[in-house]
Parts: sequence; C-alpha cells; structure tokens
Amino acid sequence: MSRFTKMAAVASAAVLGLGLAACGGGTDDAGSGSGSGSSTVTDAQVQAALEKGGTLTVWAWEPTLKDVVAKFQEKYPKVKVDLVNAGTSDKQYTALQNAIAAGKGVPDVGQIEYYALPQFAIGKALTDLKGYGAESLKADFTPGPWNSVNSNGGIYGLPMDSGPMALFYNKDVFDKHGIKVPTTWTEYLDAARKLHKADPKAYIANDTGDAGFATSLMWQAGGKPYQVDGTNVKIDFTDPGVQEYTKVWQQLISEKLLAPISSWSDQWFQGIGNGSIATLATGAWMPANFVTSAPGGSGKWRAAELPQWTAGGNASAENGGSSLTILDKGANKELAYGFLKYANDGDGVQIRVDNGAFPATSKTLADQKWLNTEFKYFGGQKANEIFAKSAQNVVTGWSYLPFQVYANSVFNDTVGKAYVSSTPLADGLKAWQDQSVKYGNEQGFTVK
Amino acid sequence: MAVPQLAAPPAASRMGVRRRRPSFKGWQFVGPFMFVFALVFLAPIGYAIYLSLFRNRLIGGNQFVGLDNYQQALTDPQFWSSVGRVGLFLLVQVPIMLFLALLVALALDSGRLYGKSFFRVSIFLPYAVPTVVAALMWGFIYGSQFGLVGNINDALGVSLPDPLKPSLILASIGNITTWEFVGYNMLIFYSALQVVPKSLYESAAIDGAGQWRIIRSIKIPAIRGALVIATIFSIIGSFQLFNEPAILRNLAPNAITSYFTPNFYAYSLTFAGQQFNYSAAVAVVMAVITIIVAYVVQLRGTKELG
Repeated sequence: MSRFTKMAAVASAAVLGLGLAACGGGTDDAGSGSGSGSSTVTDAQVQAALEKGGTLTVWAWEPTLKDVVAKFQEKYPKVKVDLVNAGTSDKQYTALQNAIAAGKGVPDVGQIEYYALPQFAIGKALTDLKGYGAESLKADFTPGPWNSVNSNGGIYGLPMDSGPMALFYNKDVFDKHGIKVPTTWTEYLDAARKLHKADPKAYIANDTGDAGFATSLMWQAGGKPYQVDGTNVKIDFTDPGVQEYTKVWQQLISEKLLAPISSWSDQWFQGIGNGSIATLATGAWMPANFVTSAPGGSGKWRAAELPQWTAGGNASAENGGSSLTILDKGANKELAYGFLKYANDGDGVQIRVDNGAFPATSKTLADQKWLNTEFKYFGGQKANEIFAKSAQNVVTGWSYLPFQVYANSVFNDTVGKAYVSSTPLADGLKAWQDQSVKYGNEQGFTVK
Repeated sequence: MAVPQLAAPPAASRMGVRRRRPSFKGWQFVGPFMFVFALVFLAPIGYAIYLSLFRNRLIGGNQFVGLDNYQQALTDPQFWSSVGRVGLFLLVQVPIMLFLALLVALALDSGRLYGKSFFRVSIFLPYAVPTVVAALMWGFIYGSQFGLVGNINDALGVSLPDPLKPSLILASIGNITTWEFVGYNMLIFYSALQVVPKSLYESAAIDGAGQWRIIRSIKIPAIRGALVIATIFSIIGSFQLFNEPAILRNLAPNAITSYFTPNFYAYSLTFAGQQFNYSAAVAVVMAVITIIVAYVVQLRGTKELG
C-alpha cells in the first residue's frame, strides 16, 4: 500500500517548510541494544527480549499496523510499542535520513518501500537481518518481495506487503464497445485505438509519466536497465526488455491514447468511476482504493492478468509494496526483530490481511479462505486468485538503483518531456539515464 | 528578504560614566531581543552558509569542499532556468497584479462605487484562503478532463486550451497568484489613499482638475511609498514562488519540472536527492539575488520620490 496518500503527503509536505526531525521522541530505553549488524542473535535471545519487555519506536504509515501493535502488546504485555506516523514515503525517508544524520531520535523499526530499500542499505542505515537468522524465513515469503529485501548480500528487512501487478478494467466499457480484454500489450494498443475511436472521451488508461509504473512494465518485459554490484552501477535503457516497453508506449503516447490525467488526482478517481478511464495496470493493493475513492465504478470493474509482452506468457512484476526494517542506530534490536517477525511473518499477517492489506507471505497466498474472498467492487469476482498467481510469476533478477528515490524524482523532468512534446520516449529515457548517472557519480558511486 | 533594520544598541547612559568601566546596562535591556534575534534570524542563515560549504555523499561521507557548491550553482543550467522563469513571472505578473490592485483601490477610494464594503471584502477574501488550498482549488478548476475547464468545453462545445500544458502553466500560476494577492495589495493602496487629506481633492476640483488629473497628480504620487513597498513584497513573493507549483505538479508533472522555481529546486534537491549541502548553496545564492533586486528597486523607488 504505497502511494495512495501521495497526493495528500505532497500537499502537506509543501506546507511544512521547516522542522522535520522534530518528531520521533527518541526513546532512550536502556534496552539490550547490543551491537552491530554482524553479531548473531538467536531466536531464544529474541524471545527473551520480548519477555523482558521495553519500549519500541516504530515509524510507519501503513494503517493496518495499528491493530497489529495492539495485539502485539496484548501478547507481550511488557513491551510498549510507540507507533509513529512520520509521514508517507519520501517524507518519512527525509525525516529518517535527518534522524540518522543527527544520530538522535532514530526509531527502532522503520517502514521502507522496496524501491527505496537499497538506498538505505547502502547508506549503512539498516541492520542486516542475516545475523538474526532471517535467511531461514525465505520460504515464508513470495519471491518478488523476498528478492526486494535482499540487497548486496544482506537481508535488510522483512516484507510487509507486496504489489504483484494485475490489469484492472472496466467491464462495462469493454462490453459496450465490443472490445476484447487484452491479453498482450499489442492487443492492449489495439484496444486503446478501438476504444478511443468508438468514444473520443474514453481512454484505455491514464498516464502522465510515472516512474514506478514505467519501471514495473520494464521489469515485466524482462528488462534489466539497472545492474547493481555494491557501489558499481550500470544504467542502460537500451536493454531489449526496455525497448519492448518503449515500442508500445511510444505509440500509445504519440496517438494520444492515454488520458492526460495524473494518478491519485481528483480527475483520476472521477475517470475511474465514470468509465472514461477503462483500465489500470497496477499493484494488487489497489482494490481498497477503488472502494473508498471511486465508488461510482463499483460492480463494473474486474481484475485480469497483466497483459503479456510475449503471447502466451505469464510474466508479472511488482509495483509498490514495503518492508519493515531495523535501523542500525536504533536501540532495541532483538525486540525490534521480535516485532518484525510478529507483524510480517507471524500473527500480524492475518490481522493486516483482514484489514485489506495485500500479503507478501506464501502461506496467505495459498489460503483457500483468502483466495475465495469475493470482491463486491469486482462484481463478486474472486480477484485474489489472480493476484496470487501474479505474485508467483514475478520475473526475477530485477533490481532498483541504490538511489532510486532521486531517480524517480527526475523522471518527469526527463521522460515526462515525451508526454508533452515531440521528444521521443527513447530520448527521454536517455536523458533520465544521463541524469541518474551524473547524480550517482556525484554521490560517490561508480556509474556507467 | 528585506535587509533587517538593526537599531544600534543605546550607548551607556551619560550619567553612569563616572567610572571608566563600560556599562552593560544597555546590553541588558537589548540582550533578550538580541538573543532571540540571533537565534531565529542569524543562526539559520549562518547554519545554511555552514552547510553549503560541505558535501555529504551517499558513498564517502561528509567532506569540506569550500566554495565548490557555489561554483556548481553558478554554472547550473537548471538553477538558472528556474531563476529565469521567476524573473519572467516577476516582469509579467507583478505589473498586472499591482495595476489591478491599484485600479480597485482607486475605484473604492473614489466613493462612487455602490456596495463598497462588499467589494472590498470580496476582493480581499482570496488572500484569506491559504495558498495551498487556493492552489488545490484552482487545480480542480484547471482540469481539462473533468475539471471546470473540461465542463465548460463540454457544455459549450468549445475546446479551451489546457491551462496545465507546459506553454501555459506559468500563466496559469500567475493567474492564481494574481487572484490571491490583488486584494492584499489593494488593501495597502487603499489604506495609503485613506490618509490623503480630502481637502487636496477639493482644491484640485476648484482648480478645475478632473478625476484623471487628480489620480495622476495627487493620488498616485501620494501613495508612491506604498507602491514601492508593494512592489518589493511582490518581488520577494515571486522569487519565493513555491506552493502553487508544488501543488499543481501533482496534476501537471511534466509541465512543472523539479527545478521549476529556485525554491522548488532547493526543495527537490533536499527532499529527493539528499543534496542538502548543494541545496543550501542554491538557497544562499537565491537569497543574495533577491536582496540585490529588492534593494535596487527600493533605491530607485525612493530616488524618484525625491
């Protein structure tokens, strides 16, 4: 559940101006905070820490954690968890970076999205959970998220949720114009043309350039534009997978088949509700947002597998999702690990899933009751079956940049030009690449 | 930022000079003020300058780099494009806004307007709307798909240009700020006009001057000080343009770059790129530019007065 509060977050970020790291209220608990990432901590020690108790500061914006914390405190009455919402996504990261730089008020546990995790890992801000035996949990999680918390040979967090992608589409619109739901991106392009021709007010999708979405599609196409080996980074947007994406998307842009509406805007939710935006390819955390923000589309929408780059394939990718991490400068590491396991691998998972989160654990994805959940918004469709399948088919080998937060922030400066001028998408990607390379080198990486 | 007017601390009182030891009485009086002044005004500026002399990198840590960040800023095309953009904004939007404000103030002051207080309040009202809210609201209006612009297109069968496209976005932002600040500037002008003695108008009328002549020869010269002040405020406001682009960027991410205005550039550098040292340098350079421009305008404005 990553970005649906983005608009609000940006709005409030714009107002703030000053004083970020003020929050947090560093708990100077005299805990057992022994040591660096390399020490080995056994399950017994973690258990002992939980029994002994203490105070734990958790920075997270994931709403379902509230119930998890309550139940966790019931189970371990001596532990007090201080759940702080220090902002959503980049806003929290800034606060976190500030706290780390100051060495004060650093929380014990922090929520970090997968795309941002490498940046914190390489900055040595996070504890390598290998020392806590996290390797043994590999089988518990689905491959995409697990791959995402592994960075440079370490395990820097436990997956909390995930965003295996699916194609959400407005069935009414497709039926009305007699258009077949696309199973490949080529068919998608065709459908886009047919739909816009049949109804000039309707578009197959909205897109004003979204770095997370673009990289997810490249990921699905098997593209590997980012090769990261420690501080050696290679960026190459001429990779064959990326080109597949560029080819189709260039046509969608040039033929003006994409609604010029930004995601999470008021217009966007209206478009979803009134049928002028016909599809949405995004992470499986989306349904809850449909229900709350676009009630007009209820019953009309369905979920389907993501269109394929090769006919007959079943490749998928992740879009969004986040993990819980233990901060290296946090105090109560054993206790923090206990909380991580409870929230992301133990009883906490069910609590969050019951509240609408999309899990990252294999067990839940195989759970019949969960799979059989009928979504009213999707006309009673058992959409979790599609999401679960997608989660299993996430293409492996993708990695984000260790400075993806920055790279994403200049996506619209560079690639965005292709959306509003005659600049070809490939040139936009080249400009994005150049600017990312420049930044990486300035930051001390060796980027080619 | 205007240059702070630092009052010289009062010298030791004449009566207490019996002993040669300097008296600190005066400092005791201004001490609390000086402390707060140093803490809230000087310290942040000093800290920004201090920060700007370092470079903290993701790999390699923090390092003293002297004036490197300034050198980089002075040759940074993105920074200068943002300065150019607010410069253009300043040259176009500020005159329009001040002219409108003056017009409204003169109309209100003429006493010939029916429902004067209603107009005064309703023109001032937008200023009471927080800029963030105003920007969000205008964002809804500007929507060419389902916003007001879109609705007008549908209802009248016309196709208005998209106010959020790159070539129009600056004008659209100018429209928002004009809407917001006309009332504020109007109030400055109006209150300045209120203190002009009415007898001047009467004697001018007796001398046969028409309303235009009165405006040109009495009213405008009389409020020149207010005009200069309003201009300086507007210059500073233009250079600090931030909220409107920051909010509208969610709707027009490709038209508003991360270096759209100097302030927004500094913000992006810090928040997205963790380049707070470079950001501090950009902020300092921008502050210097603003002070210079505001000072030049102040000098010119007051010179013509004399």
